[in-house]
Amino acid sequence: MLLRRLSLYLVTAWVAITVNFLLPRMMPGNPVQQLIGKLTGQVTVQQVRAIELAFGIGLHQNLWDQYIGYWHQLLVGNLGVSITLSTPVSSVLQSAVPWTIGLIGVSTILSFLVGTVTGTLLGWFRGSRLDSLIPVATFFQAVPYFFLGTVVLLVFGSNLHWFPVLGAYSQSVTPGWHWDFVFSLVRYGELPVITIVLSSVAGWMLGMRNMMITMIAEDFVLMAVAKGLPRRKVIMHAARNAVLPSVANLSLAIGLVVSGALLVELVFNYPGVGDLLLQAVLNEDYPLIQGIFLVITMTVLAANLLADVFYFVLDPRTRTEAAV
Amino acid sequence: MSAVRVPRSPKVLIGAGLVAFFAVLTVVGPWLAPDNPNATNFTANLRPSSSHWLGTTALGQDIWSQLLVGARATMIVAIVAGVVATLLSMIIGVAAGYLGGKPDEGLSLLSNVFLAIPGLPLLIVIDSYLPAGGRSNSFVIGLIISLTGWAWGARVLRAQTMSLRNRDFVEAARIVGESRLRIMMFEIAPNLLPVLASSLLFTVLYSIGAYVTLAYVGLTSTAVWNWGTMLYWAQANNAPLANQWWWFVPPGVCIALIGTGLALMNFGIDEFINPRLRSAGLSGRIRRTSGLPRRPRLGFTPVARTATPRATWEAGSR
Repeated sequence: MLLRRLSLYLVTAWVAITVNFLLPRMMPGNPVQQLIGKLTGQVTVQQVRAIELAFGIGLHQNLWDQYIGYWHQLLVGNLGVSITLSTPVSSVLQSAVPWTIGLIGVSTILSFLVGTVTGTLLGWFRGSRLDSLIPVATFFQAVPYFFLGTVVLLVFGSNLHWFPVLGAYSQSVTPGWHWDFVFSLVRYGELPVITIVLSSVAGWMLGMRNMMITMIAEDFVLMAVAKGLPRRKVIMHAARNAVLPSVANLSLAIGLVVSGALLVELVFNYPGVGDLLLQAVLNEDYPLIQGIFLVITMTVLAANLLADVFYFVLDPRTRTEAAV
Repeated sequence: MSAVRVPRSPKVLIGAGLVAFFAVLTVVGPWLAPDNPNATNFTANLRPSSSHWLGTTALGQDIWSQLLVGARATMIVAIVAGVVATLLSMIIGVAAGYLGGKPDEGLSLLSNVFLAIPGLPLLIVIDSYLPAGGRSNSFVIGLIISLTGWAWGARVLRAQTMSLRNRDFVEAARIVGESRLRIMMFEIAPNLLPVLASSLLFTVLYSIGAYVTLAYVGLTSTAVWNWGTMLYWAQANNAPLANQWWWFVPPGVCIALIGTGLALMNFGIDEFINPRLRSAGLSGRIRRTSGLPRRPRLGFTPVARTATPRATWEAGSR
């Protein structure tokens, strides 16, 4: 089962890379001229070269040779040169990616935990007053991430001053592994994380609730009650079985959270990939856009694989199936 | 069993009401708008007042008019993307589930690949290569969004089709000698209706989010008014930092409300598909009058059965 997933991710990676290669070459007109026109005369030779490379113009090669060349460059870690920053895309990304991974990782785990626990309770005590949480959570889910981020930033950051805003850490501390920096990191991360958790928690909550309701009707739960187990144990009993579909969906949800988190970064000026992507889009910095897309896709695929391993560990049935 | 009856829980009613309201707004919104949304001949940065219900922008445009006019583009893109994505997911999902074997492997791989690629970055990449004409065309944008939104539905429909393909009525159609296309279209597809409806609501919801996001990032034509471009301009003029809530809150709330409406309607369909979820929709009053315990007992799903058909809170009761 794991092997199947791995091959799926490899195919996905190949599709993403190929799309990345083909898209600029399918663009009508002469993008080099357009871009140079936009940069209004202040073009360096390196910039022209970067644009030509990104669009595969002026190489005088056929598409297949270009494709081979593209792969070759990728494998040595060369993602081209950013047009506006005039630095290699890979080095631009190196400084941004850890922020994004940290932010998304923490928020996904938190959201999963909070959603699963509340979902368990909602499922067990269905029909009680707790049910009023459902429409509230649904509303937060329907709000676009960036809008929720803006409102949260405005209310709790700019007006109430409960949280520090804009950036990932205070300007007054030097980055490094000491207490002040870590503390500042956590304080600045609170609002972005809260935003992402609020927006994404409803999915986990509802999924878990529905599975719990289905589980409660199963005989083994009735048996547990009949044996006279304390309520907490019975809930745990049912929850352990109900959580499996949620874990199976973890890999799918990561993609959605990433999309949202990119926008949250934007709102909070978090120095991650999202902010970079917007700048790249506004400046039509195609090599940078492509590089970001590739890095995001690869990261999501790696996270998916991790989630699958987690599921594999959690559900013994997947292991026996693999053995047979 | 004759007619499909959707549960009439308050959740579903509120959801349907919200969706209907915005559907009407899509049609009549641009006619109701008191001013041209582009006209800049008012005083800039006005607070909401009787002459400008939602105030004006930094350029002196009437925000209420922008909101009304913007409803149409937002909804058209969402509907185009939702319908196209649902059709795609139906064709691919049903074909994969029914045909099985090699075609199934190929189609499943295709939908899994699309599920694994993060949607928004892919959208941004595709969109950033669009020429200006494409960016202002609602249908082009809708089609691109549908391209990234069909895979989830296809997966669900495939699973549902696989559970149907060996049922007796499908078997009977096969023995009679119906063609595969006919079986898929007329035997299997009608039984997928609830799942299909749920998938449509879900993709419309996704498409609204995707479109508004693209517009907010500045990747759709800023000349086409939709709720995303409103937020784009509000952000570009620092409305949030200037506390001009009347500028950026209304479009966001509209997006959230239509989204909530769609999600609430989806609950109704979920409850239709899985009857066990339904009892949660019983209100406290019904529970008391029908003598049910306040807290559901283990292993039993409380069902309200009353003689009068008016109180059929349960759908499709046989």
